[in-house]
Amino acid sequence: MTKQDPEKKKRRKDLLDIDSISVEEIDFLVKTAQPFKELFTRSVKKVPTLRGKSVLNLFYEPSTRTRTSFEIAAKRLSADVTNFSVSQSSVVKGESILDTIDTLQSMKVDYMIVRHSESGVPNFIAQNTHASVINAGDGYHAHPTQAILDTYTLKEVFPDLTRKKILIVGDILHSRVARSVSTCCRKLGIEIGVLGPGTLIPDSRPDYMECFKDYATAFAWNPDVIYLLRLQRERQQAYFFPSMREYHNLFGITSNRFETVKSEGIYIMHPGPVNRGVELIDEVMTYERCLINQQVENGIATRMAILYWLQPGENKIRKPNTEIRGKS
Amino acid sequence: MSEPSLSKTHILDEKDINHKLRRIASEILEQHPKTPLAFVGIHTRGVIVADRIYNVLIEDRKEMVKGSLDISLYRDDLDNLGSIPSIKNSDLPFEIEGATVILFDDVLFTGRTIRAAINVLTDYGRPAKIELAVLIDRGNRELPIAPNYTGHTIQTSKKEHICSHFHEIDDEEGVYKLINSERAS
Repeated sequence: MTKQDPEKKKRRKDLLDIDSISVEEIDFLVKTAQPFKELFTRSVKKVPTLRGKSVLNLFYEPSTRTRTSFEIAAKRLSADVTNFSVSQSSVVKGESILDTIDTLQSMKVDYMIVRHSESGVPNFIAQNTHASVINAGDGYHAHPTQAILDTYTLKEVFPDLTRKKILIVGDILHSRVARSVSTCCRKLGIEIGVLGPGTLIPDSRPDYMECFKDYATAFAWNPDVIYLLRLQRERQQAYFFPSMREYHNLFGITSNRFETVKSEGIYIMHPGPVNRGVELIDEVMTYERCLINQQVENGIATRMAILYWLQPGENKIRKPNTEIRGKS
Repeated sequence: MSEPSLSKTHILDEKDINHKLRRIASEILEQHPKTPLAFVGIHTRGVIVADRIYNVLIEDRKEMVKGSLDISLYRDDLDNLGSIPSIKNSDLPFEIEGATVILFDDVLFTGRTIRAAINVLTDYGRPAKIELAVLIDRGNRELPIAPNYTGHTIQTSKKEHICSHFHEIDDEEGVYKLINSERAS
């Protein structure tokens, strides 16, 4: 092979958050995702890139679409996929994370896709395994693959993203999606606005985030995209806002606001799953500038690009059973 | 490889390249006077070789289609690569099933690229026949693969590097042999 490709990109072992990756790496992943999407139109949708490699979905938190998206991505790269679902595992019997990782390490797993309700768990796992670790969402911290697939989706609509405006609506405080998406947008020169219940907008937000009190002022800012966050009912035990109906009336895309969205040609994005009648009304789902289904399709291509890029380390990180336990 | 220690030996210039490509074109015409042909160039410079030969032949025979393919996802050495190539779109806008395909590449070396390209093609369908045309055959095969059409054959050692440049994407045109002079001396 005598090809010299100036567009080569150095590989990494793990993908844990958006902060630690560069703009060039984001660009590379977005660019690489595109040919993967083209594969989906072939009669044989699989490529042999990760043949013989094993990918483990390690989900400590319920997830259907992210897990399925990773599963399809890995299978289309010919990897073997195992789903480790916590409700049926020894974790409920009291095994620590480190012991679980040792067990999985012994099974010679090459890639681990980790989701956990505690922030930082994927980083901890990454330090303790030779396998490549991909953060599929940890606590309130990060969801990097979502941010990259959203960047890819944005890029399909706007080839030049600089100075475009994205309005993120919802629970900014608890959302790892908001954190990763805004960090990614910031890196790419996109302007960011946030809108949501006062109780769910962090006081310590960065200066570059424009904060709006209602849709009237937010629409006056002329956003190109409205990014609706899912209202995470399972996380909200405390009373951050009075009711779902009130949330919809104040922060959802109602019929009135949908008229403005259509007349201004604003794109709609949502990481899924959608709560119809809460974040948006039914009609939005069939709106021609609703990118939600495109996000799902791009999710598979982006995750294939990420798996293609990462390189598992040597099997020499640490010997099991020799270090202090109890960190987990 | 550090820049200063490289010595560059000229193998083919622009005129030679065009001459060799025309000869390949006439051989293809001889072999396939009537069969419809699918030209497939391997990214990056195989695409240029395919284009040029296609343009020569289009005057004499009309039944031809062309496409390109990228073999990055079919490489057998990805585990060992510290840096990874960006992937280009494979563009095969015709039915591979039953087609007579000619693969084009600039330099044939170990044969592993061609092995990968054959696998890509067969994932699109079952071609009636696959042939191979290369501008340079530099030997040192690691797989039982032989070209049907060869522009130029040279003897090389595995440590040498053969590079081709074309006007379409490079500043100059020509084929060169690069040797690390420290190693050579």
